[in-house]
Amino acid sequence: MRQVDIAVVGGGSAGLAAAIAAKEAGAREVLVLEREDELGGILRQCIHNGFGLHRFKEELTGPEYASRYIAKARELGVEHMTGVTVLELGEGRTITAVGENGLIKLRAGAVVLATGCRERPRGALATPGTRPAGVYTAGAAQKLMNIGGFLPGRHVVILGSGDIGLIMARRFTLQGAKVEAVAEIMPYSSGLARNIAQCLDDFGIPLLLSHTVVDIKGRERVESVTIAEVDRNRKPIPGTEREIACDTLLLSVGLIPENELARAAGIELCPSTGGAAVDDSLETSMPGVFACGNALHVHDLVDNVSAESERAGRSAARFLLCGRREGRRAHLLQGEGVSGLVPQNLLLPAKEEVKLMFRPKKPLENAVFSVLCGGEELLRKNLPHALPGEMAEVVLPASLLPGEPRELTARLVGEEVL
Amino acid sequence: MIRELVCINCPVGCRLRVELEGEQVVSVSGNRCKRGESYGREECLDPRRTVTALARVSGSSRPLPVKTSRPVPKQKVMDCAAAAAGLTVQPPVEIGQVVLKNVAGTGADLLATDSAE
Repeated sequence: MRQVDIAVVGGGSAGLAAAIAAKEAGAREVLVLEREDELGGILRQCIHNGFGLHRFKEELTGPEYASRYIAKARELGVEHMTGVTVLELGEGRTITAVGENGLIKLRAGAVVLATGCRERPRGALATPGTRPAGVYTAGAAQKLMNIGGFLPGRHVVILGSGDIGLIMARRFTLQGAKVEAVAEIMPYSSGLARNIAQCLDDFGIPLLLSHTVVDIKGRERVESVTIAEVDRNRKPIPGTEREIACDTLLLSVGLIPENELARAAGIELCPSTGGAAVDDSLETSMPGVFACGNALHVHDLVDNVSAESERAGRSAARFLLCGRREGRRAHLLQGEGVSGLVPQNLLLPAKEEVKLMFRPKKPLENAVFSVLCGGEELLRKNLPHALPGEMAEVVLPASLLPGEPRELTARLVGEEVL
Repeated sequence: MIRELVCINCPVGCRLRVELEGEQVVSVSGNRCKRGESYGREECLDPRRTVTALARVSGSSRPLPVKTSRPVPKQKVMDCAAAAAGLTVQPPVEIGQVVLKNVAGTGADLLATDSAE
């Protein structure tokens, strides 16, 4: 069985950044295992610009952003295998994978899980209607168009206003197709304001808030969809139905961290994020196994994925070189107003600051984020505008944390806007 | 006149208020950085966008992603996308290579944003 210092599962933005950081932190043999035939992950198909503003102080397209990390990994001597799917993570950090040349068995000093996320499929939405061709998730349509070179439709309705759906509204328009409307069941969009401006408003594409698809018609191919307004409980309001002729329905209704490997390995998962439960070094419940990127929790920006994954890579290298950190784990709980909180636990006494990431449950104005420990407020931070579509980050300095393991709770309260 | 805009320079998406008097921008507010001010000004006087699109690669079904070398006037966006769609590039192509000069008469070039073999 081959032994490597660090095995990174996934060669997208998270895996590449983790591998580079691990190598820079002193790990010698770092191996990236990638299922696709090339490195870069989802960035390959994101041909629009807007990546890298934080990292590189310039606006790059997805393939350009990926190419910088691929070049850096190559320069540092990070090894990679493409066309290789990891099947199992087992005891003692053994990895079973399969590729063109058959089964591969590895043992790793530390493992980084950077497996990305999946799109929420249509089945999860229980949309009524027939099942004709022409219904795609936004990312599947993006891959067909930008990698496959196909135009998946000419008259398009988009359900959900996630960023990929907004980006695809513009892609379809630039490719000569007509996007009839974007329907969003919530009274606000989960996409970035700038994407609504530059992908919809620029092309006069209507965004219908508090609307959903109630019917899909068509035998072989989609012929129309019916949309309707919804009430406060997201139930369609009778009499508001409107049929829109189209040949394509795109779904942009959310992303789910991909964690089949972690689940099968018995790693503790967090129901709120859908990713592994981790401590402040991004270590999962399995010693020496770390998680980062969209596999850990779905991010808004690749720049943040890179930054987080570098931390996971450094932590993996530290585990490899210095062993497991000493201390006792304390739970960090989600209180009122907070969802998707990462990390779920931390090691006390803390030697370094702890970076907290979360999403507000609802849009809030003049919100106050606080961390409580047994009735005492350890930290308080004002967030003037808090939106579920924008992940928030708060740094908790080590000096504010208790010495013994005590339960901490994060809370967000503010004025509701709608 | 007041125009309300969302700055598209970065993911923060500042809500801008641009005060106009005829063809003159009097003030820009709501921006959290300098880029927002210049965006607000330019968006009212001479709106521009960077266009990303696809070109064909000779002998391959996989398209080549391209972008304009700089932002082009907004009314030329569809023309630039159409010019990219009508273009067939001979491989090999290096990332950053100019694949079409002066796209749609904008003075900007189309650059490859990925390589193709």
